[in-house]
Amino acid sequence: MTAEPKGPISFRAALVIYLVLGVLFGIALTMSEALSWYRIQEMFRFQAFHMYGIIGSAIATAAAGLVVLRRFGIRSLEGDAIKVPPKVLGAGTRYWAGGTVFGLGWGLVGACPGPLVALIGFGHTIILVPFLAAIAGTWTYGKLRPHLPH
Amino acid sequence: MHLLTEPWPWYVSGPIIGLFVPALLIVGNRMFGVSSSLRHICAATAPRGVDFFRYEWRRIGAWNIMFLVGIFIGGVVAAQFFAGAGQVALSDAARETIAGFGVTEVTGLIPAQLLSWQTLTTWRGAVMLVGGGLLVGFGASWAGGCTSGHAISGLADRQLPSLIATLGFFAGGLTSAWIIVPMLLGR
Repeated sequence: MTAEPKGPISFRAALVIYLVLGVLFGIALTMSEALSWYRIQEMFRFQAFHMYGIIGSAIATAAAGLVVLRRFGIRSLEGDAIKVPPKVLGAGTRYWAGGTVFGLGWGLVGACPGPLVALIGFGHTIILVPFLAAIAGTWTYGKLRPHLPH
Repeated sequence: MHLLTEPWPWYVSGPIIGLFVPALLIVGNRMFGVSSSLRHICAATAPRGVDFFRYEWRRIGAWNIMFLVGIFIGGVVAAQFFAGAGQVALSDAARETIAGFGVTEVTGLIPAQLLSWQTLTTWRGAVMLVGGGLLVGFGASWAGGCTSGHAISGLADRQLPSLIATLGFFAGGLTSAWIIVPMLLGR
């Protein structure tokens, strides 16, 4: 825990903001239908523009936001300079192989990590099973990590 | 348009989702991404001597965990207060495909005929729920991100690794949707 806040808000105050942002994100996931198994199947079968519209406009909005943040050199409320760390490419294996494994699961259960949690909140208690399985999958990755190509 | 009583069209929900990238950067220089929280949960509960889970999860990951708890609450709030939540305006083409899988009731957000406590004990249900979940967690950790971290944050920042990961997401998703799901559901 950081003792002295560097910016206008402390570490703890920021945590409350992250919680509130999470609530808004959960609502957005639900109201966009992006957490629906039906919508994911429809997307992968190219049967509607809906999901492509969501992801495409989300990327465009996020990109515009990054341009604005960089142009004005805005500092974060916690006091750090805003910078997006570049991901390390390396051999690139982890991205295509891990990405493909993730996609296989996404197409089966019809939800990625955020949507899984929103679905549980929405009342679909059965989704606790894939959520716990995803944690188990993460743990398994951690255990096997030294033996996997990256 | 009524945000409380109708599902949001993509051109409303997409930009709202995209705004979480600058919002999280402004609050604390945090990069929008959900799957890191899975790693932090492992680090907090069962590190068991695995190097990947030995780090200061409170300092690095407390924000992810708070965001994740928020997403859960967001689902609760949507279910309680948003009358438009829980209906999916699915295309006719998709309805037809899904009917071909024996899913006759396209209601709610997920098909109860495939994903429910009743189907968990069938091999189809177990593959989709347990297998799907395992692959999502394993794959997201291996790739270093999921839909939010790579497909939205990473692509918005024009990062090549995220493009490769997103192409992987689609390669895997297409394989599941066109080959594995139809085989699994016996059509």
